[in-house]
Amino acid sequence: MAKTITFALMDPPYETAATTTAFRIIDSALRKGHKVNVFAYEGAVNLTMAGQSPHPNPVKGTSAEEEEHPNTKDWVSSLLKNHGDRLEWINCGLCVDERGAADTVEGPKRGSPKEFAEWVKASDNTVVIPAK
Amino acid sequence: MATKVLSIVETAYRATLEEQDDTILWLNHMLKNNGLDVTLLLRSNAVNEAVKGQDASGLKFGDVPLKHAPALDGDIADLIEKGVPVYYVKEDLEERGIPEGRLIDGLKSVSRKELPGMLDGFELVWHW
Amino acid sequence: MAKYLVVETRDPFDSNDVDDVYDLATGLADDSNDVTVFLVQNGVLPVRKKSAAAKRVAQLAKKVTVLTDDFSLRERGIEVDEVVDGVRASDIDTLVDLIAEDGRKVIWH
Repeated sequence: MAKTITFALMDPPYETAATTTAFRIIDSALRKGHKVNVFAYEGAVNLTMAGQSPHPNPVKGTSAEEEEHPNTKDWVSSLLKNHGDRLEWINCGLCVDERGAADTVEGPKRGSPKEFAEWVKASDNTVVIPAK
Repeated sequence: MATKVLSIVETAYRATLEEQDDTILWLNHMLKNNGLDVTLLLRSNAVNEAVKGQDASGLKFGDVPLKHAPALDGDIADLIEKGVPVYYVKEDLEERGIPEGRLIDGLKSVSRKELPGMLDGFELVWHW
Repeated sequence: MAKYLVVETRDPFDSNDVDDVYDLATGLADDSNDVTVFLVQNGVLPVRKKSAAAKRVAQLAKKVTVLTDDFSLRERGIEVDEVVDGVRASDIDTLVDLIAEDGRKVIWH
């Protein structure tokens, strides 16, 4: 049976394994038909910044095109594109302001702990994936 | 001018999604390429990054795959190939139950007791 | 009886706090709760039979269900036959199933 699951993410892109695990869980939950809410707090608001871009790798001597390496915004965009009817993503507005992260890919909304609390009340479960 | 660097790597498996894979190994490779005399010391959980046969393939979120999965054992082998001496702390390997036979070739071991003497041979010591 | 899912992402070599979380999971089980500990990320590092923490993990597995994330094992080059007895191989889909279970409280460490 489909459930509603809310996640709070805190880590910025790339810097910890928590982002990898969170993306794996969110992807799996959506594939299973669950409704997923993501409240991005602190550095996690940078996951969806539109200005992210791929780069070459001078150690390997490869170009950005050869690397074909997605940025976190690409993964979030793809999850939203494929499951937009069941995935909602809110970036904490104050965290966004502090980090200059207002320019996001299409889909994420600006919000506050108020929306997070509303989600928690309406969800079957809420998982906090904290920064360490 | 100080150029003889010991880079002690402690953190492990943080940056699976980043293009550089392990950004500290990558940065040290770049520093070597740019003229620093770098030696690498793997300690704590980073000793596991020298285990042969790591496989981080298969990640895909939505319909976007991570096409080039990290291969940290290969990255360390590349550093050795480039002339970077790579050490690991023997006791840290033992604590984690990793047999030496599971490691890639070309590594050197150092015991915790030997570390103070080892550090003495470098102008700069960075703990990542 | 309550249901708990403890997601352990850290390892006892890097964090002394892990031992306290293992104790918390054991304590919850002693209080007749249904407890699963899911080891993921560096949380899988102590599961090698020859690791200094193997006995501790085996003790935990006698009290609660201990699952390991297949990707985390593979990423670290840990073979299934290296894993301490009592710890079961699992995957991210199973973790999601546990999160989606009615009334399962999730503690992420």
